[in-house]
Amino acid sequence: MKKSIVAVCLIALSLALIVCGVMTGQPAEVLSKAVTVCLECVGIG
Amino acid sequence: MDNKKRFAIQAVASLLQNADFRGFFKGGVSQLSTKSVCVPGLNCYSCPGAVGACPVGSLQNALSSYRFRLPYYVCGLLIFFGILLGRAVCGFLCPFGFLQDLIYKIPFFKKIKTFRGDKTLRFLKYFILIFGVIVLPLFIKLTPVFCKYLCPSGTLAGLLLAFSDTRVFSLFGSRFMWKACILGCIILVSVIIFRPFCKYLCPLGAFYSLFNRVSAVRLSVDKEKCTSCKACYRACDMNVDPSVSPDHLECIRCGKCVSACPENALNYKSFISKKNPGHQE
Repeated sequence: MKKSIVAVCLIALSLALIVCGVMTGQPAEVLSKAVTVCLECVGIG
Repeated sequence: MDNKKRFAIQAVASLLQNADFRGFFKGGVSQLSTKSVCVPGLNCYSCPGAVGACPVGSLQNALSSYRFRLPYYVCGLLIFFGILLGRAVCGFLCPFGFLQDLIYKIPFFKKIKTFRGDKTLRFLKYFILIFGVIVLPLFIKLTPVFCKYLCPSGTLAGLLLAFSDTRVFSLFGSRFMWKACILGCIILVSVIIFRPFCKYLCPLGAFYSLFNRVSAVRLSVDKEKCTSCKACYRACDMNVDPSVSPDHLECIRCGKCVSACPENALNYKSFISKKNPGHQE
């Protein structure tokens, strides 16, 4: 029962964080990084 | 869970996360808008076919940015995946975990299940999560430390990029050689040890492990049926004893223990399933 309450609270927290992030335009920042070659990741930069 | 079914799920998940096949032939990375969403597993967004963003890379990118803002979005997604699946992400959805599973299938005269220092070494991934992914990128701007110096998924993405556009080969220098050595070591060790990257180095696995106790996908033991024969422990490649601790941090929910139990005492369960009096969570 305790675990279920913690799980539900964490789901609510995660959804709140996602909504907060979407409202502040963070998906666009993720996209802008993801559509260019990440030089550090591939070992060039 | 049948191991073949798990392999099929892993293969489909890996393909779906790299489903923009045009990149493999044309070179460059996918420009799909779906890349604004992070995938649950470790899959570099610079892989030519990647259709989603890497959660570890996105988190470091946000933390190391000059215009620092708390990365609500990436953190929210990571917690969401963690609470739903825990380390089942490692067992079923992570392309790099799948790759290690495939390599481990290569026959070798002696597979090593554990060794001296194995348990201590497993804490290294938490150190990498705290310092390589969070603390250092926060203080050293524009430097995703884990991606830059360690991530083997990125190195693999670099190799795939180079094969799809050979001009990339000429850009490889000493840092690429360093990362290629790490990737090479992980591949070699994966032949002998089950998932060495997941066990010792992966910060994403370290993060998801924190949710294993409360995630929707869990294991439960029916103490009335369990005879403590340890068949589950012997079947577990992560060296977990599910009959004692079904929510262990290292359990990737692969289900080998569930199949191995002769008494059907182990089962998958979720926090929404009804409680059985004999079951220990």
